[in-house]
Amino acid sequence: MKKVITGNHAVSYGAQLARSQVIAAYPITPQTQIVELLSEFCASGKLNAKFIKVESEHSAMTACIAASATGARAFTATSSHGLALMHEMLHWAAAARMPVVMANVNRAMGPGWSVWTDQNDSLSQRDLGWIQLYCESNQEVLDTTIQAFKIAEKVLLPVMVVLDAFVLSHTSEPVDIPEQSMVDQFLPPYQLPTKLDISQAKAYGGLTSPDHYFEIRAKIQKANEQAIIVIKEIDNEFNQMFSRKYGILEPYRCEDAKVILVTSGTISGTARNVIDGIREQGRKVGLLKIKLFRPTPFEDLRSVLYKAQKIAVIDRNLSFGHSGVFAQEIKSALYGLGAAPPIFDYVIGLGGRDVTPNDIYEIIDNTFKSESPQEPIIWRGVRL
Amino acid sequence: MRFTVSEKELMYPGHVACPGCGGALAMRLALKALGEKTMICLPACCWTIIDGPFPMHSLHVPVLHTAFETAAIAASGVKAGLDIQGKTDITVMAWAGDGGTLDIGIQALSGAAERNDDIIYTCYDNEAYMNTGIQRSSATPKGAWTTTTPEKTPKFEPKKNITEIMIAHRIPYVATATLAYPEDLINKFKKAKEIKGTKFIHIFAPCPTGWKMAPDLMIKICRLAVESNIFPIYECENGIDYKINITPKNQIPVVNYLKLQGRFSHLTVKEIEQIQKSVDFEWALLNKRSKCNP
Repeated sequence: MKKVITGNHAVSYGAQLARSQVIAAYPITPQTQIVELLSEFCASGKLNAKFIKVESEHSAMTACIAASATGARAFTATSSHGLALMHEMLHWAAAARMPVVMANVNRAMGPGWSVWTDQNDSLSQRDLGWIQLYCESNQEVLDTTIQAFKIAEKVLLPVMVVLDAFVLSHTSEPVDIPEQSMVDQFLPPYQLPTKLDISQAKAYGGLTSPDHYFEIRAKIQKANEQAIIVIKEIDNEFNQMFSRKYGILEPYRCEDAKVILVTSGTISGTARNVIDGIREQGRKVGLLKIKLFRPTPFEDLRSVLYKAQKIAVIDRNLSFGHSGVFAQEIKSALYGLGAAPPIFDYVIGLGGRDVTPNDIYEIIDNTFKSESPQEPIIWRGVRL
Repeated sequence: MRFTVSEKELMYPGHVACPGCGGALAMRLALKALGEKTMICLPACCWTIIDGPFPMHSLHVPVLHTAFETAAIAASGVKAGLDIQGKTDITVMAWAGDGGTLDIGIQALSGAAERNDDIIYTCYDNEAYMNTGIQRSSATPKGAWTTTTPEKTPKFEPKKNITEIMIAHRIPYVATATLAYPEDLINKFKKAKEIKGTKFIHIFAPCPTGWKMAPDLMIKICRLAVESNIFPIYECENGIDYKINITPKNQIPVVNYLKLQGRFSHLTVKEIEQIQKSVDFEWALLNKRSKCNP
């Protein structure tokens, strides 16, 4: 059934179709509509879940971890400061291997207060063991939310579904909402291999000596590595059932491209149009949209990027004192390749400043015209 | 009717509590009351250690360790998870120290109480951060020495009254208890188990190590705390219905309680008089409250 819905509501439908059993959430702009609709689903009986209206995001994440530990499917959604407040428990979710699914609507961090989009909130949670999946359209948001539960429960890692504030969260698009019966077939009931069980007096998460701790952490890394394969498999399975496929990376016109532009989130859609225009001028440019950020798909990145002469990375984020986060990832992925192409890091659109087709055109144009990056960070649209 | 304490032990030997630990005995008694169908959420506190390091575990019930400030919401989350799976006959208890309850965990506790989540929340109160080595908490009484309130500048502020804060949430059941009165303590847990909604039990649980006293004085100090009215034993239902469970026949001077503990050894006669005044005031206030029941 097709419906015109916002990105936020696409998340809500995804969490409903996945039959979330415990939802714990706290309001924050621009996420709030996600949990408002889920509240309605719970109230009307469309979703049989316990909704805990917590007093903070820190408690939202804790409730999800605890519910997950009993074997219930748990979901929450947040943004920006809410995500930052969860930080301690984001570590906990991953290290406890709890398959919690969370939507994060990318919103800039304060101060000054901003409700508009950039990626610093989610990217600054990158080292915790969470899988992060960045979405471009409302359809992708819904499909990814459903897939996220299956991925999380397969590899026992929490998954964050990420979407841009307003550009997706509050923008309506036609979305195909899958049949419940098909989603049930795709995503069977949650079976945690080990859980809080009243017949087994086990303790979880207690004091762990240096004799055991290291192995637990190594296993989180192994699970992350395994996740790259699992996500591809689940995407294929999803495609067989629903005829939609996203991949972990989405190359567009990259085969013969001299310059490859790397994007994530909604900028990708704009970039595709710009690239078509530049191709018509005869310049060979391609696009690599990154969907999976953490675990980093090193091999997949290399296989697309190594042939390019130059790479232009669009970072709607900034790791202060270093550079854009996606550029760092690409650089580390290509390190050690004999003749790695120069990587241009374009930082743009922080705090929701508009990223226009002209910006993207000029980014690509500058990359074609320059032998190497003028500066480690090439600022776009900032008044300094 | 003769009261009997269950012989069944749900806390096994091999735990790593200090000698004379009030918190350890409190858990042993509480579990005798609650029985095997209990799950416990433990935030950072002495009990994180007492239960034993992985893979050891001295309690014969499932335990979910959780972060310092999250005892209440972890219990709420466990309860919600169990309920939605139809496992509604399990008692879920948060078990936290005074720091985890009165300080860092009060937000999540207040949230759970306001929602009236169906959990028992127990605070075993040893009146300081004992697990980190005796630092003051908001449960530390006025005048006490801790490592962050040295003798020259002992704690100036009075103890935060968490019991009354929880009563103000008008949850179904709030009670105080201590180890010199095990039958009262056990009865309160049995009562809490039968009530739906948030139950808060505040246990006065001495820490001989942090209070600078001999471990074998633990039970005696609990009795003196009650007989001097410094820690009254009472309960309150629905935020209004007060009942003082133990009224000392002869109130003893608070100095009898204080003088056995090294943490109060620096107090002057005048300071002790002030403490006595404040104890008398609070006791009178509690008696007034208990008499204006609707």
